[in-house]
Amino acid sequence: MRLPRHRHRLAADAGLLVVAVAFAVPLVWLVLASLDTEATLRVRLPTSPTLHNFSAVLTDEITFTPMLNSLLICGGATLLTVVCAALAAYPLSRFRSRLTRPYLLTVLFSTCLPVTAVMVPVYGLFVQVDLIDTRYGTALFLAAAQLPFAIWLMKNFMDGVPKVLEEAAWTDGASWPQTLLRVILPLMGPGVAVVAIYTFIMMWGNFFVPFMLLLSPEQLPASVSIFTFFGNYGAIAFGELAAFSILYSTPVVVLYILISGRLGGGFALGGAVKG
Amino acid sequence: MTSAVARAAARARRPGARHAGGPRTLLLRWSPLVPATVLLLLFLVGPIGYCVLIAFTDTQLTGQESASFVGLANFRHAFGDPAFRNAVVLTLVFTVLSSLVGQNTLGLALAGLMRRASRPVRALTGAMVITAWVLPEIVAGFLLYTFFERRGTLNALLDQLHLPAQNWLFTLPIVAVSFANVWRGTAFSMLIYSAALAGIPQEVTESAEVDGAGGLRRLWHITLPMIRRSIGTNLMLNTLQTLSVFGLIWVMTRGGPGNRSQTLPVFMYDQAFLKSLIGYGTAVALLLLLVGALFSVVYLRLLREEV
Repeated sequence: MRLPRHRHRLAADAGLLVVAVAFAVPLVWLVLASLDTEATLRVRLPTSPTLHNFSAVLTDEITFTPMLNSLLICGGATLLTVVCAALAAYPLSRFRSRLTRPYLLTVLFSTCLPVTAVMVPVYGLFVQVDLIDTRYGTALFLAAAQLPFAIWLMKNFMDGVPKVLEEAAWTDGASWPQTLLRVILPLMGPGVAVVAIYTFIMMWGNFFVPFMLLLSPEQLPASVSIFTFFGNYGAIAFGELAAFSILYSTPVVVLYILISGRLGGGFALGGAVKG
Repeated sequence: MTSAVARAAARARRPGARHAGGPRTLLLRWSPLVPATVLLLLFLVGPIGYCVLIAFTDTQLTGQESASFVGLANFRHAFGDPAFRNAVVLTLVFTVLSSLVGQNTLGLALAGLMRRASRPVRALTGAMVITAWVLPEIVAGFLLYTFFERRGTLNALLDQLHLPAQNWLFTLPIVAVSFANVWRGTAFSMLIYSAALAGIPQEVTESAEVDGAGGLRRLWHITLPMIRRSIGTNLMLNTLQTLSVFGLIWVMTRGGPGNRSQTLPVFMYDQAFLKSLIGYGTAVALLLLLVGALFSVVYLRLLREEV
């Protein structure tokens, strides 16, 4: 019995390693090219590895302004999403009504709609109401687009908080905002963190929304500025582009690692898969 | 704590205390829904409604006033437009290749292999696949661009193996972007299937093994039927995700060369903004939304069966 099992494991290891290498090649290019001032399009070891590419892109124009814009847009939008989602999840999780189920199904339905398709009318609408080329307008739309999923996640986390404690708070005369703020949210702290971080990650990587809604270069977040950097320079400095890609990707990778334990295997889209 | 419970119980016993549903209480109770609902109405439902409106006009980017109602002309134009039909076909190819076949099968295979593999290999593979998923879309597109480019890594590797190199982004652009989408999106399927496989009771697999069922038979007769709901869910979400991919394709090929990797979102962008035909572009967007809505309804049905 032992031998076949052992062989099974070897076969599985070999299969996985092949996939791992295939997935790793582009990532290896990214790391090596960022250390290579003469980087080309193919994977190669830098002749003399330096951090020069990083210091070259660490300027206001290339890195700091776009990253700050990303932070303002995504941070603001995340805050708005989390606050709205927490508020909305409260009655959905706590009270039964004929309203609850249709509302939740509508939310789930809109989670699935391709947001990409809405961007043309959103652009038209933003031109008419003068929200075009504003960071807060972009943040408002990002918040709305991410909201259905955030409500859904938040509601599922809130369902996990026992009702007994808040009922006690009610008897003590607490109003619902107090109950939500002082009793429920502290008890589901990790859940709120997951919603916030997940929302932030999704927004940080979003390209199409700011690409459509923002025009002036000084307002662009990193997702769009990296694209113009990539698309408009005649001779592309691949090493610098790789270095900037790493700087731009690091926050989301780190944040993902922070929540991966809770999102991990059982993630399955939090609650989107579980009714 | 005990007193808190007792008090709560006492309160619950008071007649009508919890279920008092005067209109004011009701309003107060549901008021926390207001901010989210307003935001959704203004920025999601509003644009979709606007989309429906504009799709029936000949609005152009320049001169908004001149727009007039044209009925179904945009849709008729779309179905008669070879470029639109090309985009539909390419979207189908892209979705089937990358999502139905690629992400789904590879994700299932990875999840299955991981259950047998040794811990370090499992961790390494998981880390690589998930990193590709977590990276921002543009970075992923850029990395895959360097991989498939004529002077890129893929051709360098083929050269080493004495195989003919190709200008992949030129000869097979839709295949290249499909591979890119597999690279980027497989992690999701892998996570869903890992969770699903972990949910299969050990005894079932073991008794099948004792009965002498081989690997393939076990997969077909036991594993797949037991995780069929996860398969449905995963296919649905993958398809919806793939249907709206824009950045990845835009960075790698911009829909080109010509329009040979122009999927519907790219076609929509091209018509609405590069050709300034907002009305026509919106009609395409509406069709895309309808397809998405159709899939979403099926998805909700699947979920409802499960509950």
